[in-house]
Amino acid sequence: MAKEDLLLLDFWASPFCMRVKVALAEKGVDYESKQEENLLGGKSELLLKSNPIYQKVPVLLDNGKPLSESTIIVSYIDEKWPSPPLLPACAYGRSQARFWADYIDKKLFDATCSIWRSTGAAVEASKKEFIEVLKVLEEALGEKDFFGGETFGFADIMAIPITSWFYASEKFGNFTVEAECPKLSAWIKRSMQRESVAKVLPDPEKVYEFVVMFRKMLGIE
Amino acid sequence: MAGDQVTLLDLWASPFGMRVRIALAEKGVKYEYSEQDLRNKSALLLQMNPVHKKIPVLVHNGKPVCESLIIVQYIDEVWKDKAPLLPSDPYQRAQSRFWADFVDKKIYDIGRKIWTTKGEDLEAAKKDFIDCLKLLEGELGDKPYFGGDTIGYVDVALVPFYCWFYAYETIGNFNIEAECPKLIAYCKRCLQKESVSKSLQDPQKVCDFIVMLRKNLGVD
Repeated sequence: MAKEDLLLLDFWASPFCMRVKVALAEKGVDYESKQEENLLGGKSELLLKSNPIYQKVPVLLDNGKPLSESTIIVSYIDEKWPSPPLLPACAYGRSQARFWADYIDKKLFDATCSIWRSTGAAVEASKKEFIEVLKVLEEALGEKDFFGGETFGFADIMAIPITSWFYASEKFGNFTVEAECPKLSAWIKRSMQRESVAKVLPDPEKVYEFVVMFRKMLGIE
Repeated sequence: MAGDQVTLLDLWASPFGMRVRIALAEKGVKYEYSEQDLRNKSALLLQMNPVHKKIPVLVHNGKPVCESLIIVQYIDEVWKDKAPLLPSDPYQRAQSRFWADFVDKKIYDIGRKIWTTKGEDLEAAKKDFIDCLKLLEGELGDKPYFGGDTIGYVDVALVPFYCWFYAYETIGNFNIEAECPKLIAYCKRCLQKESVSKSLQDPQKVCDFIVMLRKNLGVD
């Protein structure tokens, strides 16, 4: 498959785009990417045409055929390039991986962002909620190296990009994930040792600068 | 599969539970149905779904599977020799997942706004709802089902909401068939299948249930 056959409509800070990039890297699949520079003001025509319903990134175009929604794109990548598998072979294991991917989707990013979206007393409440979500994930992880067991997989891919936003939340919330959730912190470090993750995730300091700018734009003091 | 123990923790009116009932029926799986009281959650429910504490939960040989679309995919993979719900081509599968996810993101939440809001909010919700149904009509096109010639994943995700339409129409004072005749014709076509007709509930009963929920929530 030629590099030009796959095009990713991307935004560097989006953890949802990172999921797709990590998955493609895990599979050793080459692709082109196009940055959406102005998601808030001027979305590209290609984006609007490829994802008319949600008008969001990531969008993966496979020979011009569009796919959207990061979890669905990652499932597609896993099915089209089966090796190495991101999901376990047994149906029950797959349902568990999907369950945790869904939980991460529903809870983790919103909880992370609510800390820096809050002001005053609300920051503590947001922090508390965020740590509760992390503790649920810690329990799901248990003594395993990764959510799926011994190998890095589907649920890990859903979660790890969001951790690049943790530093920003830690600064605004005045805490560290390592102190509150050491097991999860260890999982983050373990995952960051993978080339796919290390190469894709942005510098958390850059994400922090982005959040500072974004907050100003939203008028959050 | 001989010796399989399958139990479904469910609530009669839940469209999410109905999805699982349809999938199990399509596959011809025998199971025990266990009606749950969500105001007084059972120890079994809390044990089987400690994270969300919600129905439906499928318990297969003692092991729980939660979240309706995840359960439907599980059923499709375990009982794979009969009535496949997802297509085999990866791109088609992604499209099916996209539209089922669209139903998940939109139909229940916008529908809920119809029975919990008034005035401008209600009018906006009705418009949103019809817009979503029209998008679904567009995706269906001329096919008998979203799955093509047979019922598939998107059909299982969507059609349970049909028995909630009468409640939306009654409370919201509008006519869905007038706006989306193709979709209603499609729903009626689905109802001709035993797996669907036996899984959905009587729309009047659902309407009475939602009217009662509204009262309990203090809407009116």
